[in-house]
Amino acid sequence: MIAPVPELFDKRLVIVTGKGGVGKSTVALAMGLAAAQRGKRTIVCEVASQEQLSRRFHRAEVGYHEVELEENLWAISIDPDESMREYVLLQLKVRAMRDLLFRSRVFNYLTAATPGLRELVTIGKIWELTLDDRKAKRGQKYDLVIVDAPATGHGVGFLQTPRTFANVARVGPIANQAETLHRFITNHKRTGVAIVSLPEEMPVNETATLERELTSTVGVAVDRILCNGVYPERFAAEEEPVLAGALERAEGAARLAVRAALGERRRATAQREQLARLAAMTEAPVTTLPFIFAPELEREHLLRLGEEIL
Amino acid sequence: MASVADLLEGKKVCICAGSGGVGKTTTSAAIAAGMAARGLRVAVLTIDPAKRLADSLGLPELGNTERRVDPELFKEAGVETNGGELWAMMLDSKATFDEVVRKHAPDEETRDRILSNRIYQQLSAALAGSQEYMAMEKLFEIWAEDRYDLLVLDTPPSRNALDFLEAPKRLTQFIEGKALQVFMAPTGLAARVAGRGASVMFSVLKRITGVDLLSDLAEFFQAFSGMVGGFRERARRVNELLGDDQTTFLVVCGPQGEPIEEAVYFHRKLVEARLPFGGVIVNKVRYAGEAAGDPEPGELERLLGDAGLAARVEESFRDFRVMAERDARNIEHLAAQMRTRAVIQVPYLDSDVHDLDGLMEINRYLFATGAEEREELAASA
Repeated sequence: MIAPVPELFDKRLVIVTGKGGVGKSTVALAMGLAAAQRGKRTIVCEVASQEQLSRRFHRAEVGYHEVELEENLWAISIDPDESMREYVLLQLKVRAMRDLLFRSRVFNYLTAATPGLRELVTIGKIWELTLDDRKAKRGQKYDLVIVDAPATGHGVGFLQTPRTFANVARVGPIANQAETLHRFITNHKRTGVAIVSLPEEMPVNETATLERELTSTVGVAVDRILCNGVYPERFAAEEEPVLAGALERAEGAARLAVRAALGERRRATAQREQLARLAAMTEAPVTTLPFIFAPELEREHLLRLGEEIL
Repeated sequence: MASVADLLEGKKVCICAGSGGVGKTTTSAAIAAGMAARGLRVAVLTIDPAKRLADSLGLPELGNTERRVDPELFKEAGVETNGGELWAMMLDSKATFDEVVRKHAPDEETRDRILSNRIYQQLSAALAGSQEYMAMEKLFEIWAEDRYDLLVLDTPPSRNALDFLEAPKRLTQFIEGKALQVFMAPTGLAARVAGRGASVMFSVLKRITGVDLLSDLAEFFQAFSGMVGGFRERARRVNELLGDDQTTFLVVCGPQGEPIEEAVYFHRKLVEARLPFGGVIVNKVRYAGEAAGDPEPGELERLLGDAGLAARVEESFRDFRVMAERDARNIEHLAAQMRTRAVIQVPYLDSDVHDLDGLMEINRYLFATGAEEREELAASA
């Protein structure tokens, strides 16, 4: 029997976002694995060339083609130039016109120079991946599309692009397209957002700000906050003074061991405070993900994280 | 082994670069505070400091100008500054962009056309590398005023540290680039948008973009064309400053595989661009000591008087060492790839840094001299 799939995974698109260094890519991949294990045809998209997916699965390349990583799990790296090309191909049915455009220096300079256009066509490609009836050649239908969104350097830039373009362009094909994309990412039934955070002061503040901007400024549904790297609570509060006392007397390896334990206890305590702040400062439910004590994250670790997210 | 003080000897500009989430902002603030405590007049230009840290240093959220950190705070933290001063500024990249436009616009009309252009208003923040470029622009402006012994720049939280290096190039390419020429040529797009002449090319473009967008773009590029000269000259001088002997780049990273690889890559790009690399700072390192074996059997239980607790301490130590060994391996790899001995490690502290005391705690590691002191510090951490 197949376990019931919770809400976040019932959407067609899940955008995984957050500041740099919080483990977005890991979380996106863990989610993808979990969904695939439950029989959903899932694709994980990375934006621009991060080459993360390729590395993790030891594959030569996850490029602009949809690559099968394992059963039910696919990956693609969305390249804005390729997306632009695909967009034009879909817009212009007459071959001579396309050729004219692609050969034109004006077109190439214009697409490279126009601010935000690359982001717009990237979101366009994500949208295309979620369609039942794919527009791309040999495109197959996915049950779930998971996007490892670009790090939010400042605010919500990436997800705000469609609305900005709709406003700037007002009328015409790009305006229409941008409007469609904006409606698509703000359709709460089909599109969800998960913010990845860490139990530290800065990431907690940033997550709260990001959630506010995403819901009120952009209008997307933030379904979940995933707090990554949470230490275990191995030691009780009353054990801290015992450890501190032992540190005074210990030497050599024993001293280092007690020191490490004390450090872990203090970190874990500080993390619990930040988790409480996170819960108080945000609206969406918070799921904690354990810190994985391993040199590099392997598939088994990702599976474990995936189970926690479900 | 180097100390930050050695790396900054004779330098007037220190640029802290690295990928997001590695503690660049805290490191920049700590370096600036540490150099101020050594008697220098230091300004740190930061992008997005933790609110608590900013509050504790008495810095308001916006402003785009430097503020002096109250010397009383140093006294309270028990730090003698020997006449040094710490100034800090939070960069507002949009405001800086506006300032640049005001400065370079050849006349009021051009200035107003740009500032009121909808593409500029809505999208200038998204302009390739604009935030990175504005950070450098501000750095250059303050440097040119020559009011400080040392400027420390905390680079924007880009996805990729490289964005920062490429920003001036990308922005000037954009400003003076072919797109502009295309629009500016007498038979260029701008003319066609304005209705003079019509080409198949334009009608095709119109089909996929829409005429409003196209005319706004034409207006945008046209307005910017008046500033090409000023921009080019400015960017050239900014680049000169970045490559100057008195400038140094410190690469900041974390001990995990990806940040380490990013740092190695960034270092390579610095070298290729002939920019002065100073050293690398690895934050949040778990350090297990040189020859840490297992504690003697029963030793922990004797110490702690509790078998259950001892077992958990052992378990925790095993986990810690797994991470410490990884960190050590990664740092060794980093040093080998960069061919440098200037690798400064800051341990993973028990709590987040949010005041001057915290910065000074970090500085014990950043400014430690000699391998011995470092070893001692790490062991006693």
